[in-house]
Amino acid sequence: MPDTSLPMTDRSAAPSQPVRFRGGGFTVKGHRWAALLAFLVLIAVWESTNRFGLVSELFLPPPSAVASALAAMAQDGSLWQHLKASLMRIGVGWVMGTVAGMAVGFAMGIGSVARAVGVPLVSAFFPIPKIALLPLFILWFGIGEPSKFATIGFGVFFPTVIATYSAIDSVPRNLIRMAQSFGLPWASILRKIVLPGALPGILAGFRITASIALILVVAAEMIGAEYGIGAFVLTAGNLMLTDQLLAGVLVLSLLGLSIGTVLSILERRLLKWR
Amino acid sequence: MRLIIKDLCHRYDDLVVLDGIDLTVQEGEVLAVIGPSGCGKSTLLGIAGGIVAPSSGSIAVAGEVPDGCLNPITFIFQDFALLPWRSVEDNLSLVLEHHPLSAAERRERIESGLRRMGLWDFRKALPKQLSGGMRQRVGIARALAVRPAMLLLDEPLSALDAQTRELLMEDFLSLWQRERTTALYVTHNLDEALRLADRVVVLSRRPGRLREIVTIEEPRDQRLEPSAQAHLAEVRDRLWHLIRAEAQLADREIADA
Repeated sequence: MPDTSLPMTDRSAAPSQPVRFRGGGFTVKGHRWAALLAFLVLIAVWESTNRFGLVSELFLPPPSAVASALAAMAQDGSLWQHLKASLMRIGVGWVMGTVAGMAVGFAMGIGSVARAVGVPLVSAFFPIPKIALLPLFILWFGIGEPSKFATIGFGVFFPTVIATYSAIDSVPRNLIRMAQSFGLPWASILRKIVLPGALPGILAGFRITASIALILVVAAEMIGAEYGIGAFVLTAGNLMLTDQLLAGVLVLSLLGLSIGTVLSILERRLLKWR
Repeated sequence: MRLIIKDLCHRYDDLVVLDGIDLTVQEGEVLAVIGPSGCGKSTLLGIAGGIVAPSSGSIAVAGEVPDGCLNPITFIFQDFALLPWRSVEDNLSLVLEHHPLSAAERRERIESGLRRMGLWDFRKALPKQLSGGMRQRVGIARALAVRPAMLLLDEPLSALDAQTRELLMEDFLSLWQRERTTALYVTHNLDEALRLADRVVVLSRRPGRLREIVTIEEPRDQRLEPSAQAHLAEVRDRLWHLIRAEAQLADREIADA
C-alpha cells in the first residue's frame, strides 16, 4: 500500500487557519434599559394615537388622561378609600387562606393518613372557580365583608395546601435521615429541616396565591361592594368614565407589582442561602 | 464499641437485597464493605445505624462509649447531608442543640471539630461556598462533634476528585490513629479499602451475601511503604477477582432484566 501521508516538513509548512468561533447565541444577556425603553415606546405610541385622533378618547383615553384621573383620585381621597378597602380584604382573606392552607398542607406533607384523606378532597375542590361560590358565601355570611374574606380565603386555601405539601415532598430525604441518625427529635426535624427546606416552595406558592387574591378581590367587589378598586372600576365603566376605569386598572397593576416586590424582598431575605 | 450483626436479611417488597449476613465489627477496627453496585452495602449501613428497619435478623452493640459521647453510632454521608441554609458552624451546632450542653461546651465542641478539620476560618461560610472536599470535612467535623463510639461511612469519598480523596484519606488515617474509633466503611473503591481498613468484607451481587472477609496484615501507617506494596497488590488482586466475577454477573442480570 503506498504511503499517502505528507512528509513531516511539508505538513508543518501548510498554512494555519484560525479556529472559527461557533459558540455564539443560546445565552441570555442582560439588557437593563430594554424593558424601560419598550415601556416608554408603548406609552408614546398610545398617547400619539389619541393626539392624532386615531382612537376615540372615550374608548381608549391617553396615558396622560389616565394619569390626570389618578392624580385627581389621589387628591380627593377616593383612591385611598378604595385602596384601603381592597387591601383590607386581600390581607384578611389571604392570611386566613394561607394559615389554614399551610396547616393542612403541613399535615398532608408529613402525615400519610392526612395525605390519603386530603389529596382527593383537594383535587375535587381545587378546580372550582371560587368566585362562583360568592353567592353561596353571601347567603351564609351576608353581603358584607365576611363573604368577601371567605371567597378570597377559599381561593387562596387550595393552592397553598398544594404548594405546602409539594414543598415538603421536595425537602431532600437525606437531610431528614441525617437528622434522624443524629437523634434529633421529631419536632426539631420539622422545625429545623422540613420547614426551612420547604420554604422556597411555600414562598413560590405565595406568589400564586397573592395573584389569586387580587383577582378574587376585584371580582368580589364588582359583585357587591361600595368601596374597593373592583367596585370603583365597575362604577367607572358603567358611567363610561374610561380614564377613571383605566386609572383603577393601573392601581391594580401597581398593587400586583408591589405585592410581587414585597415577596421578592422576602425571598431574598429568607432564601439568601440559595 | 463492637457491632454485632446476626442473620440479617432485608427486602424491599419482593426484592431481597441482603441475605443471611453475620458479621462483627470489633472494637477499634475499621471494617470496609465492598461489593458490586446494588448488593445492599448502603442498606447494610442504614440498618447498622438504625435508620433502616431490617426485615429480619438482629443488630446489637456492645462495649464502652467514650466520655462525652452524644451519638454512639454516627454517620458520615456520601452526599455530605449538610443543611444549605445553615453556616458551617451552625451545621455542627444542629447535632448538638438537642443535647443538654452548656453554651460553652457546645462552642468548644464546634471549635474543636472545625479546627481539627482545618475549617475554623470558614465557620461562617455556607455549604455552597465550599468545595466538595471542604463540605465532606464539615461532615466529618459534625460527626466528631458528637464524639462517636462508631462511625458508619457511606462511600464518603466517592463524590470527590482524586486529589481531595487522597487528602481526606490522610485525614481519616490520622483520625483513626488518634481516636481508634470503630468504623464500618462502605466503598466501591478497592484502593480506599486497602488503605484504610483492617478487614475487608466482600459482598456478593444482589441479594448481598457475605462472600469473603479478607484481613489486611500491614499496619495502616505503613501501607504506602515500598515493603508493603507486594502484599497489598496480592490482596488487591484477590479482592478484585472476587468482585469482578460478581459485578459481571450483576451486569448480565441487569441487562437480562
